[in-house]
Amino acid sequence: MAAKASRVAFGEALLELGARDERIVTVDADLSKSTMTAKFAKTYPGRAFNVGIAESNMIGIGAGLALAGRIPFVCSFACFVVGRFETIRISVAYTNANVKIVGTHAGIAIGEDGYSQMGIEDIACIRALPNIPVIQPADELETRQAIAYAVEHQGPLYLRLTRQSLEPVCPPDYRFQLGRWLVLRPGHDVTLIGTGGPMFNCLEAAKLLQADAISAEVIDAACIKPLDEELLLGSAGKTGHVVTVEDHTLHGGLGGAVAEVLSDVMPTPLKRIGVQGFGESGDPKGLYAKHGLDPAGIAAGVKKFLGR
Amino acid sequence: MADARLEAIARHCRVQIIRMLTHAGSGHPGGSLSVIDILTALYFGRLRYDAKRPDWPDRDRVVLSKGHTVPALYAVMARAGFFPESQLVTLRKLGSPLQGHPDRSALPGIEAATGSLGQGLSISLGLALGLKLGASRARVYCILGDGETQEGQVWEAAMAGPKLGQPDRPLDNLCVILDYNKIQLDNFVAKIMDLEPVVAKWQAFGWPVLEIDGHDMDHINKALDQAEATRGTPTFIVAHTVKGKGVSFMENDPEWHGKAPKPAEAIRAIREILGVGEAAWDDYLKADPTTRAIVDELAALEKK
Repeated sequence: MAAKASRVAFGEALLELGARDERIVTVDADLSKSTMTAKFAKTYPGRAFNVGIAESNMIGIGAGLALAGRIPFVCSFACFVVGRFETIRISVAYTNANVKIVGTHAGIAIGEDGYSQMGIEDIACIRALPNIPVIQPADELETRQAIAYAVEHQGPLYLRLTRQSLEPVCPPDYRFQLGRWLVLRPGHDVTLIGTGGPMFNCLEAAKLLQADAISAEVIDAACIKPLDEELLLGSAGKTGHVVTVEDHTLHGGLGGAVAEVLSDVMPTPLKRIGVQGFGESGDPKGLYAKHGLDPAGIAAGVKKFLGR
Repeated sequence: MADARLEAIARHCRVQIIRMLTHAGSGHPGGSLSVIDILTALYFGRLRYDAKRPDWPDRDRVVLSKGHTVPALYAVMARAGFFPESQLVTLRKLGSPLQGHPDRSALPGIEAATGSLGQGLSISLGLALGLKLGASRARVYCILGDGETQEGQVWEAAMAGPKLGQPDRPLDNLCVILDYNKIQLDNFVAKIMDLEPVVAKWQAFGWPVLEIDGHDMDHINKALDQAEATRGTPTFIVAHTVKGKGVSFMENDPEWHGKAPKPAEAIRAIREILGVGEAAWDDYLKADPTTRAIVDELAALEKK
């Protein structure tokens, strides 16, 4: 498989799933060309609704559609959709409406548009709500699997997708399961857990670390909530050091979720790599380098953490 | 033309509202009393539902967007058989499905969690659209508070309502009722952030608007008939109401937005709701054991 943005894989998967299940509908807020639901809307015009630039209303309409037996995907940039947190909190989570919330353009990797368009606090926000799994696929295959799962899942769910292309990381026989992580590369010195955008960079960093005789176990955490406690504790118990890597603020994301489990169950030294402060305009590669999310930055962060 | 049956049920429900709020020791009597005639007309003259099968897919839906007045909804639901009336006194108590604001997961028959104001209309649009997509004949009734229409999300939904689903699936299965009691938590609506001109605003957003007395069953029924007969668009009903309606000392007083009566106040309120003079009260209670039991229960609370 070639590199592909998870938002593009989402749009394609939804088109295919929509042919098989007429309950699937989309609700957009004037960003369907960016969230990649535009093709779905063109193919199934009676099942795609664009409410204009009104995300709260989009989410609420999604809740109502779900309560009437439809399977709505409500889609916008991660920052805009999760920014309507109170509507998600009551109309979706507390109501337990079967809404699939899709936040695209996750992270600083959107680059030039700058901070106001960057969803970097969304995982922390949604993770605080009972009732909503948080899923962030790392490549095209995983995205297709996650979308198919989302349709089957009874209840609300949050999907975090990227604008940028993602190199393939999962093996061809990979099957997504809620609450299950995947070991992409076994190792024994350090557990390197990535998710979404920087996942491929974690694998590249592991190669750099190998050259320095550091064996990194690289894990793809597509499911940030619920996380794979068994795999996490098993790997952390083996390596004794855990590093998390995410294109999200350092507070309350994957790193926060991992810290919660480790400190509760098995205190283990943990280094969180992620976005510090607000994002800013710039080229995506430069931004990743600035925040230590490129292969060299991840490798350097791991080495410093291990004292090597 | 008065509808004696509906008016009797509404009186009964008003008594239950006072009863449960007094037992709870907190809650929102003013708006519960202003909306109860509308809810009574819906649940006992209009809606298609089966209280024993609250998840029946083709049931009509009520979304009480002004969720803080859920005691009124609990009163009609209990009377309609969704749960026993004896359970009403568990309102707001630990472990009760009768949460302080509606909780869909806790109580079958509640269609959506509301109470964080401004969200119910969007949910209702989605429900109406979803029912049409599923070829259901069910109707959706959304009840808005006046103060809550100060929320921005209401106007996002107001803009969308007459447009969504057009042209094949217009939301003519949706009727929105504004409980316009003119008072919000802090003060009179006109003093906080006036909504006027209300009718012109909703008309400007494309809604056909009916204006009624929200305590006159005849008015309510005629408006609901008209909404049901309307094709091609949802309908908006401005129901002029009185906050605290039926209890002299609660009527039109912002203080009674969110304060439970003390037991002695509750007993007086019940007497007024039932239209009994002070002198005739003891004799009345002798002839009405049900009310007598409620009053005795409340009097016992006073002694606690």
